[in-house]
Amino acid sequence: MSAPGASAEPWPLWEVFVRAGRGLSHVHVGSLHAPDSDMALRNARDLYTRRNEGTSIWVVPAEAITTSDPDAKGAFFESPAGKNYRHAVYYTASEGVKHL
Amino acid sequence: MDELTLSDELAGAGGVATTDVAEYALWLGDDALILSQQLGWWISRAPELEEDVALGNIALDLIGHARSLLHYAGTASGRTEDDLAYWRTEPEFRSAWLFEQPNGDFGHTIARQLVASVYLFELYSRLRASSDATLAAIAEKSLKEVDYHRDHAVQWILRLAGGTDESRRRITVALADVWPYVDELFRDEPLIDRLEGVAVRPSTLRPAFDDVIVGVLSEAGLQTPAGFIASGGGRRGSHFTTMGYLLAELQVLARQHPGASW
Amino acid sequence: MTTPADLTAVTEPSPDERQFDDLIAADSRIEPRDWMPDAYRKTLVRQISQHAHSEIIGMQPEANWITRAPSLKRKAILMAKVQDEAGHGLYLYSAAQTLGTPRDEMTEALIAGKARYSSIFNYPTPTWADMGAIGWLVDGAAICNQVPLCRASYGPYGRAMVRICKEESFHQRQGFEILLELMRGTDAQRAMAQDAVDRWYWPALQMFGPPDDASPNSAQSMAWNIKRFSNDELRQRFVSMLVPQAEVLGVTLPDPKLRLDEETGQYEMSEIDWTEFNEVLAGRGPMNAQRLQRRRDAHEDGAWVREAAAEYARKQAAAREVAA
Repeated sequence: MSAPGASAEPWPLWEVFVRAGRGLSHVHVGSLHAPDSDMALRNARDLYTRRNEGTSIWVVPAEAITTSDPDAKGAFFESPAGKNYRHAVYYTASEGVKHL
Repeated sequence: MDELTLSDELAGAGGVATTDVAEYALWLGDDALILSQQLGWWISRAPELEEDVALGNIALDLIGHARSLLHYAGTASGRTEDDLAYWRTEPEFRSAWLFEQPNGDFGHTIARQLVASVYLFELYSRLRASSDATLAAIAEKSLKEVDYHRDHAVQWILRLAGGTDESRRRITVALADVWPYVDELFRDEPLIDRLEGVAVRPSTLRPAFDDVIVGVLSEAGLQTPAGFIASGGGRRGSHFTTMGYLLAELQVLARQHPGASW
Repeated sequence: MTTPADLTAVTEPSPDERQFDDLIAADSRIEPRDWMPDAYRKTLVRQISQHAHSEIIGMQPEANWITRAPSLKRKAILMAKVQDEAGHGLYLYSAAQTLGTPRDEMTEALIAGKARYSSIFNYPTPTWADMGAIGWLVDGAAICNQVPLCRASYGPYGRAMVRICKEESFHQRQGFEILLELMRGTDAQRAMAQDAVDRWYWPALQMFGPPDDASPNSAQSMAWNIKRFSNDELRQRFVSMLVPQAEVLGVTLPDPKLRLDEETGQYEMSEIDWTEFNEVLAGRGPMNAQRLQRRRDAHEDGAWVREAAAEYARKQAAAREVAA
């Protein structure tokens, strides 16, 4: 059985980011399908903020997202290792001194 | 949700309505109830899952409006929202025929949504200034939600009109099918004369309604339909032919168990 | 594929495999772009899409009562619940999609009758009390199954489940309260509640799947940290929660052999009749045909709408291009 419209292009995929409140970043919450960005925003509002979860929404076409190469993750994220001096906890001599 | 406020469930609760105000609250409450009942049918049947959720949200907003309005109407006669929804007979309902129009295909539902939400938006905008504090509070809460319903309908009108030949044909037919029931929304009944400053005079909403509709339809490249104007009569208890079936379904279970609570 | 590389991989894991195994051993999470064994990917796609389909088909038994709910409050709650189920289906489809299977492919499989969904939704809902029993028993069993899935090793699945579990906490409660209200009501209401509990109790217990000794895929799923507890463990946990709740309700659980073994702390129960379960699973349940038909109708009736919106988007994009 072939349904009418079965061969039609499906609506594209959008990634959804929601800002839970003022002062917070937009955080990825999931994805949805919509024909265009206007409808994607509205669907995101209906789908991901039914319980007051958001004050602002971003929708991004999933295909517009570039991801770092997972095969190169060692090389890509190796550099910060061995640079503990970037973290405050590295500096132990000043422990106990106030306002530092 | 930590900040859940239970009082939100019924907007404007607290006031006691006079008989005339209660009658007016029934107009608005029944419109919202019947429309919600119809939209609820779509949940699990919409063209796409995202739209199940969208129509569900609209139906939920509307049942919220209906409950607030029927609750208020009931204060005049010591009846609850459920007494009014489940135990009135068809001639006791006050909904207009537009809201009683069947769902039809998605195009008909959207055409009905366009008319309903543009009308309700204009109505609630003005009802916020009602001298009746309860009606004003309900209007204030409902307006923001209806604003979104209007946007939803407009987005779909544009897409159906500007999509495929098939969708354009269907939305054109749907608008023509719904249009005979527009006129009734703007008719002044004697009740309105008795509620100066409380109710919004329906005829005063027509110009703003027409402006918005003409704007939307011309953006969509559609003609404003013209043709038959149905007699209507919902405000006086005379309803569209499908209303009996709708109420039978709405009320069947409650009426099998008189006095039961759920 | 039987390339030499694959053959050596059997004895000595590749660096990819080693990393995957290490992540699982450390109870960490696998993310979409990570390497994963084909069987792991397949298991997940099967499980997540089945779960998504169950949410979507599961809307129908309850949608059956939206237009007839006996009070406006109950109508609002029921609409919100069924609508949540659509949302949960969407969260899950979106998790499955990260594994490379597009949603329309999953939808096609569902409406063609090639995909599975939870058998429980092939039972009818003839009375209002079924709304209570579904919430209390079916959602209750689902939550038991789902809470451990929040820690599933596949990141997107676990995250979807966190969101779902959070939202579903009201589903079971509203069902319990429907039954409570009925049990405090008239004789007819009480009879309606008990009848629904009688009909849903065994199917709900079957939702945990076959007994451990007859569940071939369970061991692998547990090794992969997709599944955290065995079918029988979860079933036992569920029954031990139900018994005191049934007392509060005043309903009788339809198992004359049900009793607590004081020594082991475990409930003894009657043998589950799997023949009916297998019949329903094989497509011979009361509602299998109707549930799929309804989904197919919605999909086919909506095709012109989806096409219209897609076409409109194309035209708008083309117009923007011309303008630019």
